[in-house]
Amino acid sequence: MSRLSNWLPTNWQWFNRLGSPRWFYHRSERWLPWLSLAALLVLATGLVWGLAFAPEDAKQGNSFRIIYIHVPAAFLAQSGYFIMAIAGAIGLIWKMKISYMVMKAAAPIGAALTFIALFTGAVWGKPTWGAYWVWDARITSMLILLFLYAGVMALQYAYHSVDAASKASAILALVGTVNIPIINKSVDWWYTLHQPATIKLTSAPSMHMDMFMPLLVMIVGFYLFYAVALILHTRNEILRRERKTSWVRELATAKAGG
Amino acid sequence: MAIQGTRKMDSGFAAWLRRDLLLAYRRRGEVASPIVFFIMVSTLIPLGLTPEAAQLAKVAAGMIWIMALLATLLSVDGLFASDYQDGSLEQMLITPQLLPLPILGKVTAHWLTTGLPLTLVSPLLGLMMSLPSAGYLPLLCSLALGTACLSLVGAVGAALTVSLRKGGLLLSLLVMPLYMPVIIFGTATVSYAVDGVNWLPPLAILGAMFAASVALCPMAAAGALRVTASN
Repeated sequence: MSRLSNWLPTNWQWFNRLGSPRWFYHRSERWLPWLSLAALLVLATGLVWGLAFAPEDAKQGNSFRIIYIHVPAAFLAQSGYFIMAIAGAIGLIWKMKISYMVMKAAAPIGAALTFIALFTGAVWGKPTWGAYWVWDARITSMLILLFLYAGVMALQYAYHSVDAASKASAILALVGTVNIPIINKSVDWWYTLHQPATIKLTSAPSMHMDMFMPLLVMIVGFYLFYAVALILHTRNEILRRERKTSWVRELATAKAGG
Repeated sequence: MAIQGTRKMDSGFAAWLRRDLLLAYRRRGEVASPIVFFIMVSTLIPLGLTPEAAQLAKVAAGMIWIMALLATLLSVDGLFASDYQDGSLEQMLITPQLLPLPILGKVTAHWLTTGLPLTLVSPLLGLMMSLPSAGYLPLLCSLALGTACLSLVGAVGAALTVSLRKGGLLLSLLVMPLYMPVIIFGTATVSYAVDGVNWLPPLAILGAMFAASVALCPMAAAGALRVTASN
């Protein structure tokens, strides 16, 4: 850490301190209630607004309302991969312990969100397209994203050494990041090549404002929820990896005593 | 990493290429197995799908590509494995050369012993699966470029899993999603030619992928080997 503090300006010290698992653990304890409350409020507002008050879709009726889960989940699934890769890169470059923990925490959350996006897409596809699964470009890209997450998680668990697991999966996440745009573009191109005539995508660029606003609220809510989930997972990982340090032991005895 | 001024930049590349080719020559049986696999699986397709020429012709390009992918995947597992076991990987890691260059040498040897033979055998498989005659040259070109991409990307996966005991299956899990763009443009090259469309654009994209992989994959593999080989 000393090399880092040499060239960072003084007001960047928070970045430096963030590298300490102990500091992060104690500080995040203060953030969590506020973040959770905000996530709960925003998600509740968005859900009630989207499910009860937004107007019905002219063609799809009420079934379109799954968009308020599907789109935010797909959104976060993709940004989650970049968050994971950036955390891994910070770990590789500045050798921050905490960023490897964030990376490990981000993988299952991102995979779960990808699965939710695929699942809600399938449920939505049945009334809209008449099939649970079609080889549409976006669905295929999401499926490949799920595989990429699975690879990072599998590599994470394959190594006994924490250090090797962290660095290896950070490299894999970075390789995946370079590939995601290539994969998405290739799949788009492949889809235009084989476009089946029976499927008409109900695209949403001309979405009405009354429908779009709750979606925006839901996306913000999902971001807040993601932050809460990431911090909780990271705190767990901190306790697991630092279990032999004195501050975690003190914490444990304090909990047991109180 | 310090490079001594007297050393040539490519010395690692040529030495490792020659060494791996020599090793491959001495273990001819082992090297032949991906190609035998490639030919054998192609017998399963008429048995599993249909022996009808018209229907086989439709899936021929895609099937040959998928089999080439699987054959590469099977062989790329051993890229660093024997070096890791006999300790020569450690020697490679402590050489004063830039690590990506020896790795590029090894990958080139791997392509020369798997990708290139697969490419050369593919017209035979095309014949067996009644590929239309317009498809042969694109198949050769796309496989030559594409299998090089597969070897390069596979090297990153092999480097990430080299010290794991059951690395082979994990390797295919890590690398398969990264192979998907290659298979999309590889099969597209052939199907464009069969449909009578200009097939050079998808081939050019394969070439771009190859250029990007040559530049990036040896570096990623070098970074991965530094992490995994000592654990």
